[in-house]
Amino acid sequence: MPTARTGVPALELRGLWRRFGEKVAVAGIDLVVPAGSFYGLVGPNGAGKTTTLSMATGLLVPDAGQVLVHGQDLWADPVAGKALIGILPDGVKLFDRLTGEQLITYAGLLRGLDRDTVTQRARDLLVAMDLVADARTLVVDYSAGMTKKVALACAMVHAPRLLVLDEPFEAVDPVSAANIRDILAQYVASGGTVIVSSHVMDLVQRMCDHVAVVAGGHVLAAGTVDEVRGGMSLEDRFVELVGGRVAGEGLAWLRTSSD
Amino acid sequence: MVAHLVRLKLALVANGLRRSVWQVVGFAFAVLYGLGILAIVVAGMVAVGTQDVALQRTVTVLVGSALVIGWWFIPLLAFGVDATLDPERFATFAIPRRVLVVGLAVAALVGVPGVLSAVAALSTSLAWFRHPGALLVGVVAAVLGLAVAVVGGRAVVALAAPLVARRRARELTAVVTLLLVVSIGPTLGTLTNGREISRETFDDLVGVLAWTPFGAAWAAPADVAAGDPALAVARLAIAGVTLAIALRLWEGALARTLVQPVHAGSGGARPAGLGVLSRVPATPLGAVVGRCLVYWFRDPRYAMALAIVPFTPVILWVVGRGGNADLVLASGVLAAFVCGWGVSSDVSYDGSAFWMHVSAGVRGVVDRLGRVVASGIIAVPLVTTIVVVTAAVTDRLDAVPALLGAAAGVMLTSYGGASIVSALFVQPVQQPGENPFQTRQGASMATVLSQTAGWALVLVAASPPALLAWFAVSRSSAALGWATLALGVVLGAVWLTVGVRVGGRLLDRRAPVLLQRVIAFE
Repeated sequence: MPTARTGVPALELRGLWRRFGEKVAVAGIDLVVPAGSFYGLVGPNGAGKTTTLSMATGLLVPDAGQVLVHGQDLWADPVAGKALIGILPDGVKLFDRLTGEQLITYAGLLRGLDRDTVTQRARDLLVAMDLVADARTLVVDYSAGMTKKVALACAMVHAPRLLVLDEPFEAVDPVSAANIRDILAQYVASGGTVIVSSHVMDLVQRMCDHVAVVAGGHVLAAGTVDEVRGGMSLEDRFVELVGGRVAGEGLAWLRTSSD
Repeated sequence: MVAHLVRLKLALVANGLRRSVWQVVGFAFAVLYGLGILAIVVAGMVAVGTQDVALQRTVTVLVGSALVIGWWFIPLLAFGVDATLDPERFATFAIPRRVLVVGLAVAALVGVPGVLSAVAALSTSLAWFRHPGALLVGVVAAVLGLAVAVVGGRAVVALAAPLVARRRARELTAVVTLLLVVSIGPTLGTLTNGREISRETFDDLVGVLAWTPFGAAWAAPADVAAGDPALAVARLAIAGVTLAIALRLWEGALARTLVQPVHAGSGGARPAGLGVLSRVPATPLGAVVGRCLVYWFRDPRYAMALAIVPFTPVILWVVGRGGNADLVLASGVLAAFVCGWGVSSDVSYDGSAFWMHVSAGVRGVVDRLGRVVASGIIAVPLVTTIVVVTAAVTDRLDAVPALLGAAAGVMLTSYGGASIVSALFVQPVQQPGENPFQTRQGASMATVLSQTAGWALVLVAASPPALLAWFAVSRSSAALGWATLALGVVLGAVWLTVGVRVGGRLLDRRAPVLLQRVIAFE
């Protein structure tokens, strides 16, 4: 793996736009993800996080804008760009008639790894994800959390330089989540770059060093976690940026003791 | 509450229509088709009204029984055909069970099949317009019969649900049912062969049906018209008891469902190791081949397509019995086309899992070729066997080279054509585990057009070896036969290469677009 040229960001989005019918999902997003950062992408539901990440990873054609992965234009040369990225998309299926072991192997072979490497890495990943006992169970019979974990393993099997994870901790149990966080932290420490989207501010504040707040298809704030939160907790800062808190006495009747 | 449920169902039907123009078109066609059938039924009933009581009885009981049998058993084949108001979804609401049952039953009538059934059921009483007493009983009987149909159908489904929820069982049921349906035509052909169909044939049947839950209600007005009210009461009693039992069974099953929802359970299969994936070459192409092979055997949607292929000779044999016995010889060619064109729905079957190919940057040519090779590994021996066996059975072993040539030409050309078409269009398909009989809404005009255009293309491109084979077989010419084999393989290989290349290049450009479309279908 060639070392990153200093100063070239792992991922750079320039003026990304995407419209679905009447609705503009992403309205000109610019974002710079420095190499070696652990980057959090937060935003309310429907903010355009998934759409942005899909365009950033080659799964969705942008209407306008540019995606640079380690300086390479992804949409100009998708094959070269995609080779650098590992993805965990949200809300899509897997080839779930394969067993967990088969699925990781398939992901590795598709990426052009040789047999020995795939076998070794699949075994390591199954151990890391605590899926050894279920390696030979069909993925269709996995629980939601196990499915997330095996998809994460597929994203990492080709040792990408950039990991893009959409809601990686959803439905994952606390122990597995802690293990995965350790794996990701080691990966970042060794020079990799991780982007995660999440709803859980607490998690992002503890885990990430950079964060971008997205809402309505725009970036509201971006930078290091400390810059963005400016002394507040990330959650309070997020609410302040995004708005939408309903103040006051709502649902007064929802008091069982009131009668 | 009943009105609520009916309104909910109406809203769901309307929202379904709002999702796409093609759904509206499909709905319009369903309504037109239904109205056509309805017009025939109503007109038929009025016409029957002028006939004698025996014929009136035969027709009304047959139509009514067909209605009941349809409501009882079609949902078993097409499980979830109307799951818009799935009782499980009401599990968290505190609705009295009896109310829920009545509401669901009435709501079941909202929708094209329900309304059509209701009108058809009531129209059976029209047959009695010359007998006022029978007409009155006929209306009561029709309502009762309709209730037996709807509630009985729900009871059957509710009883079967825990069984059908198991993935393996469901898949097995689907394959077995399809085989049964495919063999209905041939069986009927054999049964009625050489025997006249007369009114007496049905009279016996109606005599039996009139004493079963299927036909009892419908026979009551006939008894009144024939001047036997006691018999009519007995028939209505049978229908009433059936309805009561069905209500109890449905309520009981519902009570269990609401407390203990059924979920698709584990199949429990534990395949050993990597299976096929450990035996393919360790390249992206090998991986695609291996994965597709696993799917051909483990995904019932593929398995179904394969299960039909060995029956092509049977179908052609039945069709050709009118005198063209040699038609059976075309079985291999037909099977070759079915296998070859089968690849065209591969990406649709992948569904959103296709993202793995997109994100890995799998080259279009590799994707196309991998799917073709996997299918070919199964199809080539299968088609060859069919060709040789049909030739041996019809004592035309001399025709084998020509037939193999035609089959090879057709199969390779279909692979090529399917590789292009499936890089351009995806269609809504059943999701894995869903009932293969459940037609997905919005199988659109675009799908039909693209498939038809693809077929026409393949037909033209593969016609040289097919025509040459026809000459060779009809003239029993060995030289022409071998020439066909050479032509079929060479021309087929050319078309396959063209198809995989063009399809691959299209896919390189359009893979993300295809992916977004299959995601939208789910």
